[in-house]
Amino acid sequence: MKKPELLVTPFSVNHLKELCEAGADAFVIGEQRYGLRLAGEFSRDECRQGISIAHSYGKKVYIAVNAIFHNDKVDELNDYLSFCQKEGADAVIFGDPAVLMAARESAPNLSLHWNTETTATNYFTCNYWGEKGAKRAVLARELSMDAIVEMKEKSKVEIEVQVHGMTCMFQSKRALLGNYFLYQGKSLEIENRKESKNMLLHDVERSNKYPIFEDENGTHIMSPNDMCIIDELSEMMEAEVDSFKIDGILQTSEYVTLVTSLYRKAIDLCAENNEIYEEKKEQWLEAIEQIQQPHRPLDTGFFFKETVY
Amino acid sequence: MAIMKNEKISAIKDGKRVIVKKPELLAPAGNLEKLKIAVHYGADAVFIGGQEYGLRSNAGNFTLEEMTEGVQFAKQYGAKIYVTTNIFAHNENVDGLEEYLRGIASAGVAGIIVADPLIIETCKRVAPGVEVHLSTQQSLSNWKAVQFWKEEGLHRVVLARETSGDEIQEIKEKVDIEVESFIHGAMCIAYSGRCVLSNHMTARDSNRGGCCQSCRWDYDLYETEDGQEKALYNNDDASFAMSPKDLKLIESIPRMIEIGVDSLKIEGRMKSIHYIATVASVYRKVIDAYCEDPENFIIKKEWLNELDKCANRETATAFFEGVPGHEEQMFGEHGKKTKFDFAGYVLDYNEESQTVTLQQRNYFKPGQEVEFFGPDMENFSQKIDKIWDLKGNELEAARHPLQIIQFKVERPLRAHNMMRKELV
Repeated sequence: MKKPELLVTPFSVNHLKELCEAGADAFVIGEQRYGLRLAGEFSRDECRQGISIAHSYGKKVYIAVNAIFHNDKVDELNDYLSFCQKEGADAVIFGDPAVLMAARESAPNLSLHWNTETTATNYFTCNYWGEKGAKRAVLARELSMDAIVEMKEKSKVEIEVQVHGMTCMFQSKRALLGNYFLYQGKSLEIENRKESKNMLLHDVERSNKYPIFEDENGTHIMSPNDMCIIDELSEMMEAEVDSFKIDGILQTSEYVTLVTSLYRKAIDLCAENNEIYEEKKEQWLEAIEQIQQPHRPLDTGFFFKETVY
Repeated sequence: MAIMKNEKISAIKDGKRVIVKKPELLAPAGNLEKLKIAVHYGADAVFIGGQEYGLRSNAGNFTLEEMTEGVQFAKQYGAKIYVTTNIFAHNENVDGLEEYLRGIASAGVAGIIVADPLIIETCKRVAPGVEVHLSTQQSLSNWKAVQFWKEEGLHRVVLARETSGDEIQEIKEKVDIEVESFIHGAMCIAYSGRCVLSNHMTARDSNRGGCCQSCRWDYDLYETEDGQEKALYNNDDASFAMSPKDLKLIESIPRMIEIGVDSLKIEGRMKSIHYIATVASVYRKVIDAYCEDPENFIIKKEWLNELDKCANRETATAFFEGVPGHEEQMFGEHGKKTKFDFAGYVLDYNEESQTVTLQQRNYFKPGQEVEFFGPDMENFSQKIDKIWDLKGNELEAARHPLQIIQFKVERPLRAHNMMRKELV
């Protein structure tokens, strides 16, 4: 069986190297000036180093340029995309059509992955962006397994699916944490917690805890559980989904490395010997459960959940 | 950014500058009656939802027959109808789309408001006579992305509610395409299309019309340190909240007109008749007054008071003047109650006997102070004297919805004028 790419989000250049050893096939890196909700910040120089290390292992690097851009950054896109092309990035991840336009002008050989997170919800639209130049579509997280398989069957572009970690539920341009501190008259808190990644919103009624953080792109609210389908990979592998992503945002680097190594084993076994995969899969799930933060249970995201409207 | 006096927008007539490019006033309507009210009260165009593919599952949406009737009605007044078709479709929504779009086209609708390329491309193919407008659900925030959609053949773009006046101006200067921008109403606090809180919290798909407004709920803010959780609020603090005040850009209308914004949009397909009539008529007056004599234009106090009468929440200018701070959000309160309510709809007025005939829309009774308003009159208030039903029976109160009531009103009224009462 064809193996999907195992895509991971490293925290640093060193972590990227560690993840190469742990079995990742590809990486998402970048900086918050252009990319959304990255696990770590990679300056241009660090991107260069990351690409060089990854390529020496035969792995790929995708640079995130998927922010929602306002006029102020549009003129910088050409230069940043030229840089990505020149340094040999294997693709750039975009959501805003401005990136597509700038790539046509300044980096025509760059591969593009379309990723708006919430809006890749049908195969036609994936193919539409394919016709505009995208090589891959990253599917919305709010889709069922059946919908994903149908999209893979009907899409002419590569399909990437997140299989592990937290997902973004909400992005606002407003500084919602800063605004709350100012409302409370605690302006000092804003500076103290500027880069803070350990804040939670309690939803008492649902007894959920949603991570929340602010950065250059606004305020982001994340899912209360970590999605994990290490024991449910067969169907998407049979459908030949092209890439499985582990999102490590707001986790520790040790956690991401361990999870990556377990998914490596799971994918390899699922492809080579499905019977043994079926026997072993519970053990991997348990191993991940043991390293979960206490307030973040595992779940299966929207893969087996019905949504109405 | 300085406002450039653009010659396409204004001209000198008889030694006086006037606006020659008047923007469209675009109002919402959740049903046929509201559509008619929006047109009577000054909208140049009305946006409505169909039975499918729109984003307000709970709005009273239009059947094709109602759409056709709405289009015919609007046509008599030179007004256009647009249909919101702005879901992000899933595979299961693909079937039936072509037929739906052909139906909209046959109803004579001028344009559809769309977010998903599936619907954009299908509309271009099966209903080429229908204009395609890009929905705010795409969170379109820069000129280069606008250029992309222009090259894709779109007629108009609705910008993200996160764009400022300066940004809109730059977009208008750099790309030759119609721009529609929100001027009034409730707003998402997230980038539109980039919020799935409802999906997670209630298993309802926010981008297919199932939004349950989880952003308006209260939350408690904590931080974790070494596995310990610490509250980031004191007991007497209001909870963490993300509820934005409603948008009100009445004072920015002159700037928007000078920038050349093509369509000024009022939010609210779920809103009441009273709301639509009040808001549309105020902005109609503002736009007309500015275009007629921009140099001597002032915002009248009565316009502001009028908007206040139908406000559901406090209001703010949101992103038009820059990124909004905490004073543009609501903490510890969940909107204020409307101060006035719709009480009667004028059907006829007899000048000789000074008697109005109106349809009851809410309880009222003799002795009560009420206010009359309409698209073509100055508001006035009066105390209600005796009231009668159509058979001439004197009534203690107008208790029954849609009951026809008559009573004396000293100043002339016309059909479609409205009566409101203050809530106590």
